[in-house]
Amino acid sequence: MIRRAALEIQAGMVVNLGIGLPTKVINHISSDQPVCLHSENGIAGVGPVVPLEVADRNLIDAGGGYVSTLPGTAFFDSSVSFALVRRGRLDLTILGAFQVSMNGDLANWIIPGLFTPGAGGAIELAQKARRVAILTSHQDKHGRSKIVRECSLPLTAAACVDRVYTDMAVIDVIDGQMVLCEIAEGLAVDDVVAATDAPLQVPGTELPTF
Amino acid sequence: MLTDKTTTIESAIGQIGDGSIVMIGGFGVPGTPFCLIDELVRQGQTGLTIIKNDANETGTGIDHLLANGQVKKLIVTHIGLNPHAIQLMNENRLEVEFCAQGMLAERIRSAGAGLFGFLTDIGIETELAAGKTVVDFEGSPALIEKSLKADFALLHTHRADPFGNLTYAASALNFNPLMAMAADKVLVEVEELVALGDLLPNTIHTPGPFVDCVITLPELTKEYGVVQR
Repeated sequence: MIRRAALEIQAGMVVNLGIGLPTKVINHISSDQPVCLHSENGIAGVGPVVPLEVADRNLIDAGGGYVSTLPGTAFFDSSVSFALVRRGRLDLTILGAFQVSMNGDLANWIIPGLFTPGAGGAIELAQKARRVAILTSHQDKHGRSKIVRECSLPLTAAACVDRVYTDMAVIDVIDGQMVLCEIAEGLAVDDVVAATDAPLQVPGTELPTF
Repeated sequence: MLTDKTTTIESAIGQIGDGSIVMIGGFGVPGTPFCLIDELVRQGQTGLTIIKNDANETGTGIDHLLANGQVKKLIVTHIGLNPHAIQLMNENRLEVEFCAQGMLAERIRSAGAGLFGFLTDIGIETELAAGKTVVDFEGSPALIEKSLKADFALLHTHRADPFGNLTYAASALNFNPLMAMAADKVLVEVEELVALGDLLPNTIHTPGPFVDCVITLPELTKEYGVVQR
């Protein structure tokens, strides 16, 4: 599913990959693809992760990984970094999720009482990136669907999600409906529907697999 | 000739009183003024409100201030790498105000620009909007975000001159140049102090008039190094 989500990234885009699973998308972008990765702490043109032995102590991405520069990398302060996001210069963000709802609401920053780290930059990324894709397991570790009718957890942003990539399916959020677009190889449509809390619109034609 | 603002770390930090509001630069390790923090721990001022992007990691940076009981309130965007801070918060032993990261940056920048605040739609349908005033702006709801000032800013810079012209390294920029504008007293630790005129005028990130005290670091402690995970 990470490989499938990586196809979101088109030549010429400015892209922010969220912490966790989305970070791994970078391994599936070919090095000759012209893409500008943005990091919240003030980098445009983030270069590859480097081993600790050769790391620059002053050069991390927002997840704390030691990264490198590319020809053309720029550094800037946190105000400029989020101006870039809010101004609409971020073509795409791929974020993780606890829950995504039918109308594209995203909850990914707090589980009250259990996980309370703070939102970091997630709210502005979710609200202002031109396209928001979610990369997440279809169900949580208790087997509950993360694709829900309505989010029960506090929202990161309302009606922000365009598409969801999971280990089971690719789902588009269109006008308050969730439309099943692709399914994982080896699964039947019924398997996906049964594993999903939100109602899914299933096209009449055979679905592509990934 | 421009003023020489170099001073000792003891006298610079000694200006901070109990109950002060203190901004501290850095995002993770880069840009965090670990030596200024260590001196604040040594002097032991209490009842502090700390404004910082994150709470560093347990056992480093501002976690020393937390462990020493010097902090009343944190205004931050993310404390996920410091389970100790999360524990103090969940036990109601530490007040924590969370901001969206770009909103924290902009509230600081806005104060630094001498403004009262700004209107935004960021966070408008989330918990972070709680307690904030919503106004109508040309037919759309907008939150009032108030500027965020401080009594002191503690910053880390790579190179500086005695007047306080500053340049930061790589991703150590982050909140440092914003906080340099938003505090009444700006205290800066410097890895490499250079002579007046050695910094090219068009490469300076923070101009000297914003800076009050320049402290040259004799050496970097191990907290400045690459984090071995």
